[in-house]
Amino acid sequence: MAYKTIIEDNIDILVAGAGLGGTGAAFEARYWGKDKKIVIAEKANIDRSGAVAQGLYAINCYMGTRFGENNPEDHVRYARMDLMGMVREDLAFDMARHVDSAVHQFEEWGLPIMRDAKTGAYLREGRWQIMIHGESYKPIVAEAAKNSADKVFNRICVTHILMDDAKENRAAGAVGFNVRTGNYHVFKAKTVIVGAGGASNIFKPRSVGEGAGRVWYAPWSSGSAYGLMIDAGAKMTQMENRIVLARFKDGYGPVGAYFLHLKTYTQNCNGEEYESKWFPALTEMVGKEYLDTENQHFSHKPIPTCLRNHAFISEVNAGRGPIHMVTMEAFQDPHLEEIGWHNFLGMTVGQAVLWAATDVDPKYENPELTTSEPYVMGSHATGCGAWCSGPEDVSPEEYFWGYNRMTTVEGMFGAGDAVGGTPHAFSSGSFTEGRLAAKAACQYIDDGKAEGINVSQKQIDDLKETIYKPMETYTVGRNEIVAGSVNPNYINPRQGLDRLQKMMDEYCGGFGVNYMTNDKLLNIGLKKMKIFGEDLEKVAAEDIHELLRAWELKHRFLTSESVFQHTLFRKETRWPGYYYRGDAMKLDDENWHVLTVSHRDRKTGEYTMEKAPCYHLVDDEE
Amino acid sequence: MPTFVYMTRCDGCGQCVDICPSDIMHIDKTLRRAYNIEPNMCWECYSCVKACPHHAIDVRGYADFAPLGHSVRVHRDEEKGTIAWRIKFRNGKKDFDLLAPITTKPWGTAIPKLANESAPDDSMRNSHLLYNEPKYIQLDKDGKDSLHTLKSNKLSMKAGVYY
Repeated sequence: MAYKTIIEDNIDILVAGAGLGGTGAAFEARYWGKDKKIVIAEKANIDRSGAVAQGLYAINCYMGTRFGENNPEDHVRYARMDLMGMVREDLAFDMARHVDSAVHQFEEWGLPIMRDAKTGAYLREGRWQIMIHGESYKPIVAEAAKNSADKVFNRICVTHILMDDAKENRAAGAVGFNVRTGNYHVFKAKTVIVGAGGASNIFKPRSVGEGAGRVWYAPWSSGSAYGLMIDAGAKMTQMENRIVLARFKDGYGPVGAYFLHLKTYTQNCNGEEYESKWFPALTEMVGKEYLDTENQHFSHKPIPTCLRNHAFISEVNAGRGPIHMVTMEAFQDPHLEEIGWHNFLGMTVGQAVLWAATDVDPKYENPELTTSEPYVMGSHATGCGAWCSGPEDVSPEEYFWGYNRMTTVEGMFGAGDAVGGTPHAFSSGSFTEGRLAAKAACQYIDDGKAEGINVSQKQIDDLKETIYKPMETYTVGRNEIVAGSVNPNYINPRQGLDRLQKMMDEYCGGFGVNYMTNDKLLNIGLKKMKIFGEDLEKVAAEDIHELLRAWELKHRFLTSESVFQHTLFRKETRWPGYYYRGDAMKLDDENWHVLTVSHRDRKTGEYTMEKAPCYHLVDDEE
Repeated sequence: MPTFVYMTRCDGCGQCVDICPSDIMHIDKTLRRAYNIEPNMCWECYSCVKACPHHAIDVRGYADFAPLGHSVRVHRDEEKGTIAWRIKFRNGKKDFDLLAPITTKPWGTAIPKLANESAPDDSMRNSHLLYNEPKYIQLDKDGKDSLHTLKSNKLSMKAGVYY
């Protein structure tokens, strides 16, 4: 191979992927590790990478304790309610007690946070959300990360975690390649903080042409957080907990500010309110503990996101679609109208482009909504990710093994989407998790836990061969055919992605089957996935850019396989509106009030599944 | 095709190539100008549009669902700390400007270098506090209150259902 091998040695803390989680980690690590070597490896350019590349118009996780608004446990109860009980409440509590300090620093760094003119407090969009002019949110936090890091390697697609050859199950860095030069990069590190992202584009998207890029979650979120950690042998949790979003149709523009701040609401094609009529039957499915329709109005508890989706999906299936967002009332107020447009320009410009293209003026027309294809991630209203240790002063013993946010692989930590069971962290919570992981990683090193790491030359050489294999496959197979993309010996990454999306959609509960699956379908899907895994050994890359897509596909595949296994394991319908197990259509607290934990054997690829207890924060008085 | 590049305005400087989060803005080897090599992996995030010094990059909405004849243009100015938008509808009936701040401080000046901060002492290391905490959580006016714990908030952890 003509590509150079570039070794970066003696790293203390390697941040693999620097979105909000990774930038938080790099920033904070410098404080606890004054003389430690901190290095960032990022697939894109950290000024505009990760899910916040485009900006945000709100910070969705802010307690506001200083304004007398919420305490951490309030947030935990909210996340628990929204996720039908399935949350790592130790991690959520820990994030929530720190998150305000992150937000206060953002403001000091120059992030424009809106204020309530009367009270002087941050302007609330909802109970947890504050409004910002966040076009430059990512460049601002990237500056903080750059100020702390010794080196930033942009355009490095990290493909694998390096493992210690001296001690079983201990991380020793990471490897990847530069997507521009093609060079092979080896990062030897005492600890790795995985800040990579969750997964878009693993379920077939509703738009399959050019519009496939306009997914809700960024198209560059390739499930690499999960691909890297699963491959390293880390235990995963709640991977069945994919999320479906009710959003503006086609553009997937955000609805949070519309519902909460602009006070818009939804109705069916006949102009009728439709949600409440589906609730009695839903209560039958999930139980009164999760949806108390009679008392909901008195308790003022929000309806869980998935259950609102369920009402939406059911109404459309009953033939009364489309569902509209009623904007015509709010948009008569020019101030609110302006906010409605700024909301898109700040975080989903594509929705503004779409309304301009289709002459949809929400002042005179109520736009259509839709339910999206499913996504697998861990920081929005869903909690997929690695099984991580919590902090010792909060976590019960099953949740604690020495270092906060450390996965079950020693020396490998997580932040943001990487950490499982921590929904509703969003941007500020992910940044906070990065900070927590960084402090713990420094402590791990200071405690001597990373002593004696040895990475053999063989491991480095083997991984190099593995990484470039798709290019080798192309070179060898290409000359058998005249031209074109049809080859009997290989598939290209796009063809592979299409196949993955079709399997996930049809067998694992995508939009094409109304989010429905069952035991039989999942088993057929897993069989096909196994064969697909064999074909992925023959994925071909024509150039370095395609090699990037090939490795993104491999990470998406590992993510998807895990989603299949978890979905098969949990024999109940815990989140109607996210997905349904047709063979177990009820929520089953007797057997399944537990967190699902998986482990994939690094050598055999075999999965083992287990249940872990689900602990809840309760008041001492109870 | 989500983003595209005007031939006469692009000088091949590569700013878009440098910033694109999806690695899809590349320089055409013959024409020595940038173009979008993979439109179906474009998020219309406008990172390249904002970064282009010649306003050579524009967006034509996704062919799957966006009719031709619209325009959403942008000018981002770090010195002024603003972003300016102009939205034009296909039917020409709506054509308006919007302006928003992107920062409240002169760009890049207000971000601390933690290497220059004094090192945390052992009591700080052994606590659950992060940099600048508890001050920055601002639990009270003086910022002296300590971190929330299970004990301080009278909570405990219980396995199984919570109801």
